[in-house]
Amino acid sequence: MSVKPNYIRPIDFKHGRVDMNHGAGGRAGAQLIEELFARAFDNPALRQGDDGAALDMPAGHRLVMATDGHVISPLEFPGGDIGCLSVHGTLNDVAMMGAQPLYLAASFILEEGFALAELKRIVESMAAAARDAGVPIVTGDTKVVERGKGDGVFIATTGVGALPAGRRIGGAQARAGDVVLLSGSIGEHGVAVLSQRESLEFETAIVSDTAALHGLVAQLLAAVPEGAVHTLRDPTRGGLATTLNEIARQCGAGMLLHEADIPVQPQVEAACELLGLDPLYIANEGKLVAIVAPEHAAAALAALQAHPLGRAATRIGVVQEDPHGFVQMCTRFGGRRVVDWLSGEPLPRIC
Amino acid sequence: MKYVDEFRDGAVARGLAAAIAAELQPDRRYSFMEFCGGHTHAIARYGVAELLPPQVRMIHGPGCPVCVLPIGRIDQAIQMALDQGAIVATYGDTMRVPASQSLSLMKAKARGADIRMVYSAADALKLARQNPQREVVFFAIGFETTTPPTALALRQAAREDLPNFSVLCCHVLTPSAITHILESAEVRQYGTVPIDGFVGPAHVSIIIGSGPYEHFAEEYRKPVVIAGFEPLDVMQAVLMLVRQVNQGRAVVENEFTRAVTREGNLAAQAAVAEVFELRERFEWRGLGEVPYSALKIRPAYARFDAELRFGLGYTPVPDHKKCECGAILRGVKRPTDCTLFGTVCTPENPMGSCMVSSEGACAAHYSYGRFRDIPVVSVPA
Ligand code: SF4
Repeated sequence: MSVKPNYIRPIDFKHGRVDMNHGAGGRAGAQLIEELFARAFDNPALRQGDDGAALDMPAGHRLVMATDGHVISPLEFPGGDIGCLSVHGTLNDVAMMGAQPLYLAASFILEEGFALAELKRIVESMAAAARDAGVPIVTGDTKVVERGKGDGVFIATTGVGALPAGRRIGGAQARAGDVVLLSGSIGEHGVAVLSQRESLEFETAIVSDTAALHGLVAQLLAAVPEGAVHTLRDPTRGGLATTLNEIARQCGAGMLLHEADIPVQPQVEAACELLGLDPLYIANEGKLVAIVAPEHAAAALAALQAHPLGRAATRIGVVQEDPHGFVQMCTRFGGRRVVDWLSGEPLPRIC
Repeated sequence: MKYVDEFRDGAVARGLAAAIAAELQPDRRYSFMEFCGGHTHAIARYGVAELLPPQVRMIHGPGCPVCVLPIGRIDQAIQMALDQGAIVATYGDTMRVPASQSLSLMKAKARGADIRMVYSAADALKLARQNPQREVVFFAIGFETTTPPTALALRQAAREDLPNFSVLCCHVLTPSAITHILESAEVRQYGTVPIDGFVGPAHVSIIIGSGPYEHFAEEYRKPVVIAGFEPLDVMQAVLMLVRQVNQGRAVVENEFTRAVTREGNLAAQAAVAEVFELRERFEWRGLGEVPYSALKIRPAYARFDAELRFGLGYTPVPDHKKCECGAILRGVKRPTDCTLFGTVCTPENPMGSCMVSSEGACAAHYSYGRFRDIPVVSVPA
């Protein structure tokens, strides 16, 4: 007589929904982890099945750690979904320190009633993103909240990476005279997501630029002497404008940008025009700003452009002395203006 | 997007700037008011002011629908949502406008009010159909541009006999506001308004046409040039205004012929006339009460009038005592003349109407132009 290993019926990923049992810490939860998460994310550390993961770190490095919560509506959008976004977002935060991302942890908050089919798609997209990036998801957690208390899925991810001992890359390192480089056109992620929002749906060929940037960073850092890259930052929420203001405040200097050198795809420009939004404030998930010592700017720009994710990289301006930390911009039109912090959420204007 | 680029061409702009400078009479100053927030925004965002000769001064008028919305009206909307359980649907940028008791629609939403952002009056109708058990109120604000869609929504609601839809009508009228700026009692209090001419509204004029400004130009001896919202439109309009001033003329000219006619959109005007009538008094934020400057819903559509349906009373709420909006909107003062500017009053925490939306005079100067107030060392990039 053949004995079945256990008598649990496989999860119905086609029609099933998340229910409170999945979060109760019992069999159903274990089954969801086993049949979905562990299978999708499979790697030796995760396979241990313990509450944490014991990990190796390369010698002579410092540990970099970053964490990010992901809440996004809609959960799936042209060019990506919350799953791959939650991998890219955190990896990029680690990479912007100049570190090599090594491991990820993921925590899921699921809403009762959420379709398992959609969850499976999201988890598999997340697994693929982690695989492509070469960074395993080594530990995680799942909780279920009652219907109405979540937005389908929330994903929090934490990443760790290794930073060569002497490397110092950060907002405070930028200084007057440095050159500001941008890895490509702005606003695609934000516009792709907006285009799917209920009551706003519009047709656009724009897909999110969500991508893991550590390869691009590695190529950039390899092309210039250690210490030449002062700051790296991915302009996510708040867009390029907010990111540059953050850096200006950190380093106590101002910036002067040239609008004509900031690439914006025509469809992004058109969508922003229509909604009364400014692409400078729209989120990106696959772009970076690099602030580089002027003598190495040309090499740095060439290194970015030589990578598939940085093909459209440009030099957009310089860091300049300014105790007020203004980010100024020469407009395409020939005037000059401040590029201010975003105040509140960007909201479409009415007339 | 070639279309847009043509209107933002830096070389053409420099050419226009040179043409304006060449036509200026050396011994006089020129002050023009752009009524529309869209123009204010374009001037600030593209740095148009930098290109204009110093003799030409642009005065930012009250033409931002969000800025002129009085606090008392937002209080009404909040009251319906928070106290009477209605779903209040509104345009996005209305959400942030500060109301009484440190509230705003956005903050009321955080306290449990059901406030939905919509992109059109038709979306508000849709909400009413989808939520038959709830009262749905469309908080309708804006100038002549947003009025026709509200009128159409009201007509449609009547046709469907929608029992749970109503409109809090706060639509205001451009021409009466311009007149008010020139002749209200406050003009005496604030001093002479140094306005030599007006850059007329773009989108508003698509609806009402250029006709309504004719009597105005004649009566007040002020030239009006209707202009589009692109920065080159604004510069072209300035050139046309300078010419009129130099020649002693005061007529309505249309720079925006690609969209504006003398008659405007007659179908839209008819829809508005069917549904709305003039309000005798309406408070504008920053300008105070302006007679016959707004619309209310006609008795035939009374059952869709949120003010009647919810028995709303109106309580005016004054701006901060030190706020200079009134003088700024009339061109007598500049944002930096206000002691609250940039310290107490910022876009995150506006004290007066001019700081509310990025199209307001104070907010535009704060967000785009404040570096001009402070000498900044700049190295050429
Ligand atoms: S700075 Fe603020 S308080 Fe002062 S005039 Fe402008 S809006 Fe009013």
